[in-house]
Amino acid sequence: MSERTTQPPETEADSDTETTPTTVSSGATSVVRALENTGIEVMFGVQGGAIMPVYDALWNSDIDHVMMAHEQGAAHAADAYNVVSGEPGVCLATSGPGATNLVTGIADANMDSDAVVALTGQVPQSMVGSDAFQETDTTGITAPITKNNYFANDADTVGDTVGEAVALAGTGRPGPTLVDLPKDVTNAETDRDPGMAQTPETYMPQDEADHADVETAARAIEAADKPLLLFGGGVVKANAAETAREFATAYDIPVVTTMPGIGTMPEDHDLCLSWAGMHGTGYANMAINHTDLLIAVGTRFDDRLTGGIESFAPEAEVIHVDIDPAEISKNIHADYPLIGDAGRVLEQLDGALTTAPDADEWREQCLAWQEEYPMDYAAPDDEPLKPQFVVEALDEATSDEAIVTSGVGQHQMWASQYWTFREPRTWVSSHGLGTMGYGLPAAIGAKMAADDGEEVVCIDGDGSFLMTVQELSVAVREDLDITVAILNNEYIGMVRQWQDAFFEGRHMAAGYSWIPEFDKLAEAFGARGWRVDDYDEVADAVEEALDYDGPSVVDFHIDPAENVYPMVPSGGANDKFALSEDQL
Amino acid sequence: MSDGLDGPEPEERPDPDGRRNSQGIRIDPEVEAEPEDRRAVLSALVKHEPGVLANISGLFRRRQFNIESLTVGPTTDPDRARITLEIEESEPGIEQAKKQLQKLVPVIAVTELEPTAIRRELALIKVDGSAPDQVGAVAEMYDGKTVDVSQESVTVEITGSEQKINAAVETFGRFGIHEIVRTGTAALERGTRKTT
Repeated sequence: MSERTTQPPETEADSDTETTPTTVSSGATSVVRALENTGIEVMFGVQGGAIMPVYDALWNSDIDHVMMAHEQGAAHAADAYNVVSGEPGVCLATSGPGATNLVTGIADANMDSDAVVALTGQVPQSMVGSDAFQETDTTGITAPITKNNYFANDADTVGDTVGEAVALAGTGRPGPTLVDLPKDVTNAETDRDPGMAQTPETYMPQDEADHADVETAARAIEAADKPLLLFGGGVVKANAAETAREFATAYDIPVVTTMPGIGTMPEDHDLCLSWAGMHGTGYANMAINHTDLLIAVGTRFDDRLTGGIESFAPEAEVIHVDIDPAEISKNIHADYPLIGDAGRVLEQLDGALTTAPDADEWREQCLAWQEEYPMDYAAPDDEPLKPQFVVEALDEATSDEAIVTSGVGQHQMWASQYWTFREPRTWVSSHGLGTMGYGLPAAIGAKMAADDGEEVVCIDGDGSFLMTVQELSVAVREDLDITVAILNNEYIGMVRQWQDAFFEGRHMAAGYSWIPEFDKLAEAFGARGWRVDDYDEVADAVEEALDYDGPSVVDFHIDPAENVYPMVPSGGANDKFALSEDQL
Repeated sequence: MSDGLDGPEPEERPDPDGRRNSQGIRIDPEVEAEPEDRRAVLSALVKHEPGVLANISGLFRRRQFNIESLTVGPTTDPDRARITLEIEESEPGIEQAKKQLQKLVPVIAVTELEPTAIRRELALIKVDGSAPDQVGAVAEMYDGKTVDVSQESVTVEITGSEQKINAAVETFGRFGIHEIVRTGTAALERGTRKTT
């Protein structure tokens, strides 16, 4: 498809004018028509035998297809596309290995409630169950990691099924859906146009919380001495960041976020204590542990946030706002459950509140904790480059709207700690599943979703980068202006940190005795590459890489001994975070 | 090794007094008690389509709910099936099981049945055939019937509550049980009360 995807921009602009939608003549054209109906503009995928009819049907469609190097990359790119744009991300793969390669990305989207639609080829129905070439039980494999999945068995209805999958993925609590497409179904003739995409009738998320419950919760807020807002990823998904900010400022309530909730509140705002959890700020974790009323919006209380359940916000009554009833009291008991859309319920609460809580002392306490536990680092010239310095340099050189993607590991923590996020949908990372290798394909998806001129920076680790490095070929082929900053310590750094803390420093399978020269690797792929070892090289390299109009990779060789702090030991109390290794 | 961050050490920080139990409920440490498990019968009306049962059993497997029995069968509506599930869990666990079940897209409705609901299980008990008359007499005691007789064995069908079947199995034990099969509980609300 490269002859189409590398079309010059002029041709792309011309194609913006109305064109005839795909004419339905087969199951495959019906699939494409259904995607067009739902407004899908971009798909990420890899070709293969069983999915070929769908690809063939894309030949005449305006949907932009990005051919990825590996299906895992396609799923992550689709995921990031959804995070940045708010629109469902679509990925395609063939049967068997194509489908199983998507699994990590689908599981990732499931854990982070991202609207991803996966379309997989399948062997013809006559061969299903015979262990045919490139056959796997895709719906069976993906049932536990999808919001719902479908096995299409009829060319006449396959378009409606795909439409339903798209609608379901993005409605209520978002999540991944999958449609398995047997080749006989996509090849079969049909002229049945898919109707408008509809969610299944059994799926009816509740938008507004019960009025009486809202009143009761409002009284609890008014009476609180130490109220604390906790904004999770659900606030981003519900496009409720603006409402959430207004709510916090109107009632002067301090805010902590979860890691997926980064950007819901500007991190330089007086009320914002940044994010809480295992590597969250000391002040956010102190606030969590001392609040008497936790107003949690759109969070599922993951164990990386809560630490030990017994010690989580131990004196707080909990107001829990969530669109998914199954999240209420799943991990943390909700004293005031409010089921509904995050933005809508915050508006309801706003309507029910008559006064702000009297919390002057509490706000002062929160500010005092900010002074007491500063997020700081030393960067002496005679020591190797500190990763925090690199993150701050990148933050300063980019706009407030720059989008940051990351892999998983120490670099992810430094990126989220030392970058000052101000807007939702600018932090794109793998939270719940913690998928190393997420950063680079996510940068591709993010760039496809970003507005013109919006910068995309991938802060990656050496280990994470190596896991999906092949996607650099896609960034080059598609001429995507992304900047990859590798914080290279020649270690699986987070593992090394845990080995130091809990395995008496035995660095089993954590260090790279040899690692590629990433600047040269970048050049080999056709991207631009830089290597940086010293502080005085950072600014220039950052500027050149950001200025370069295409994919660039800067290999920052950082202090291999640097570890991530604060750190709440797994299962520990949030306020018992360690500030250095000897406190673990 | 890196130096770490500045600030008071963990033991120098003020400690809150409160605590939660393993269900995440705030507790008074003086009267702390873990909730006890209880038996709940859930009835789920589901779309009658391939994969539904696998979805439900998979949900229970991966969430580690302790499932006691599961039965499934069609309803008067050919597009719908009814699943009866018995679980033994703590109160929050039962609530969570209901919500997770309800969350599955092919699940139309979930209800927990009242303790007074009609619950029935069927068992086929194959015992040694040397005393068929006595077996028949015991079967009668349990409102059961003999459904198969051979020179070596007698098979009896018993229907009733789980307790009744447990009692019957114990009684038949004296004849020497060859084989046994039980269906698990099927249940409906009494009277005009709708199950879902």
